[in-house]
Amino acid sequence: MSVLGDRKGLIAHGTLLLALVSACLFSIFSGAAHVSAGDLWHSGVFQLRLARTGIALVAGAGLSVSGVIFQSLLRNPLAEPYVLGVSAGAGLGAALAIVLGLMAVGTWTLPGMAFLGAMGSILLVYALARTRGGAMPGSTLLLSGVIVNAVLGNVLMFLVSLASSEKLHGVAWWLLGDLQMFDWALLRIVSVVVAAGVAISIILARDLNLLALGDEPAAHLGLDVEWAKRLFFIVASLMTGATVAACGLIGFIGLIVPHTVRLAIGPDHRRLVTASALAGAAFLVLADSVARTVMAPSEIPIGVVTSLLGGPFFLFLLRRKKSSYGN
Amino acid sequence: MLSLHNVSAGYGGTLALRNVTVEVAQGEFVGIIGPNGCGKTTLLRVATGTLLPEAGEIRLQGRALQLIARRQLARTVACLPQHLAVDLAFTVQEIVLMGRSPHVSRIGGETKRDLEIVGLAMAHADVLHLVDRPITELSGGERQRAYLAMCLAQNPSLLLLDEPTNHLDLRHQLSLLDLIVRLNRQARMTVLAVFHDLNLAAEYCDRLLLLDRGQIVAIGSPQDVLVEETIYRVFGVTVSVQHDPSSQRTSVIFTSHAPRSGINPGGTPLPSTPTTGLPRGRAAVSGRGR
Repeated sequence: MSVLGDRKGLIAHGTLLLALVSACLFSIFSGAAHVSAGDLWHSGVFQLRLARTGIALVAGAGLSVSGVIFQSLLRNPLAEPYVLGVSAGAGLGAALAIVLGLMAVGTWTLPGMAFLGAMGSILLVYALARTRGGAMPGSTLLLSGVIVNAVLGNVLMFLVSLASSEKLHGVAWWLLGDLQMFDWALLRIVSVVVAAGVAISIILARDLNLLALGDEPAAHLGLDVEWAKRLFFIVASLMTGATVAACGLIGFIGLIVPHTVRLAIGPDHRRLVTASALAGAAFLVLADSVARTVMAPSEIPIGVVTSLLGGPFFLFLLRRKKSSYGN
Repeated sequence: MLSLHNVSAGYGGTLALRNVTVEVAQGEFVGIIGPNGCGKTTLLRVATGTLLPEAGEIRLQGRALQLIARRQLARTVACLPQHLAVDLAFTVQEIVLMGRSPHVSRIGGETKRDLEIVGLAMAHADVLHLVDRPITELSGGERQRAYLAMCLAQNPSLLLLDEPTNHLDLRHQLSLLDLIVRLNRQARMTVLAVFHDLNLAAEYCDRLLLLDRGQIVAIGSPQDVLVEETIYRVFGVTVSVQHDPSSQRTSVIFTSHAPRSGINPGGTPLPSTPTTGLPRGRAAVSGRGR
């Protein structure tokens, strides 16, 4: 690995790790409630902020690595975790839970319904994209995803149009991402799913490189392409589904984090996966701190912050270095 | 090395290859020629195992191809496809290193030996000076050499090439093929390559395989395959084939049927000449260039 410019990779990972730790500290010690560092533990605020920082960290890493996978799998720079219908499916599930008033059933209803919706839409896309031979061409997968996304998205809009204004507010918050609904058990489940997904992606990073070359060249290099595509599709979908179920739709991060990291350290997935996980986690933790503090005591939806912070930053990088994705 | 016995293959019902039987011996350089859509690429895809034949048997080093695992196959057979377009800005070294994937264990990563082989492959393909350049910023010739280095890093015994000189200028065409011929002669690497240019095929190949509508029309030395009547029958064009017995070189000279009209560098139209008489629009590539 030494000739691979590993120093560059090491420096990037070190920097990102430092950024993540600082972001976490900042997140824990800042917030709407003014509590001195000494009182933090006793007031219970610490535990709340810790859980919230944790879910932001996990969601940021999960969405970013999902984005990396989908961009390689679909060989498309515009691919992101929500491109294959996960967002619309989960949104529909969540909206159903809110509009039908199922929330009273228990705290797990909303994440449960959202996860079911996400999995339903993924299965639908998968069934639509599979050809007779069992192959799953990237273009067909992308088209099926876009169509399922559009159809479910419109059903969601129809549901929203029927909702009362109070429920509407709940749906809107969820659709823009919501890190408030923490629950230690939920956090634990999402962490396990994301950790497993990131670990698999790290171990199989070489296969992500090969997939980026295209199906046939990857097969020539010894990859069982259909197996790899199916596996990565499942891994990325589960990570996205779990994340979305816990914190709603946090847009943009799965698109811009991989691209930004690629601009900095290149497209080799043996570095890109870990660096994107760290960068995504740091970015979302920071974005959440901003969302909680700038307009305190009220909060800005996290999805709004990720777009407003991430968009201009990414455009700045893009203009400076042109695209990492071709010319 | 590679043998196809009565192989038929195609896409969704239509056969692109019908009853093809051919044997490629270890160390041979065999060229596949034929008009567009005659099954040249299909033949390569069947040989790489990416397309399963509808009928027939393919053997690689005596073993049935479908019984060889993908990863194991990639240690013996490398293929440079016609359209390899990578959108991501991988460096040349990262691309060439991917050629080691069938040899590298998932957990251990590449060893020093892998990196030596990668360095050697890059030296062979003359891309060492491009090591850290993104593949997306290279010229067509450089990019093709980088992909060839990736194939060489696989350490293949059989190299399959689909129109390797497509989109390259004359100098790059010749230098790429010179390199492949050197590997073929010195490292005894078996080469099976699709050619569009009959003269390049004649110049570099030990044997040629002429395909037409999925079937083998002729197979043998360039001199035996490139016969005026056969080329007329398969390609529908009139050519004159010349063979120089002293150098054992065969070249195909073709004649344009379109009336020549053009503007000379001075800007005044060329005087029109009668259409009868000497053939015009002569073009031939023969000899080894450099």
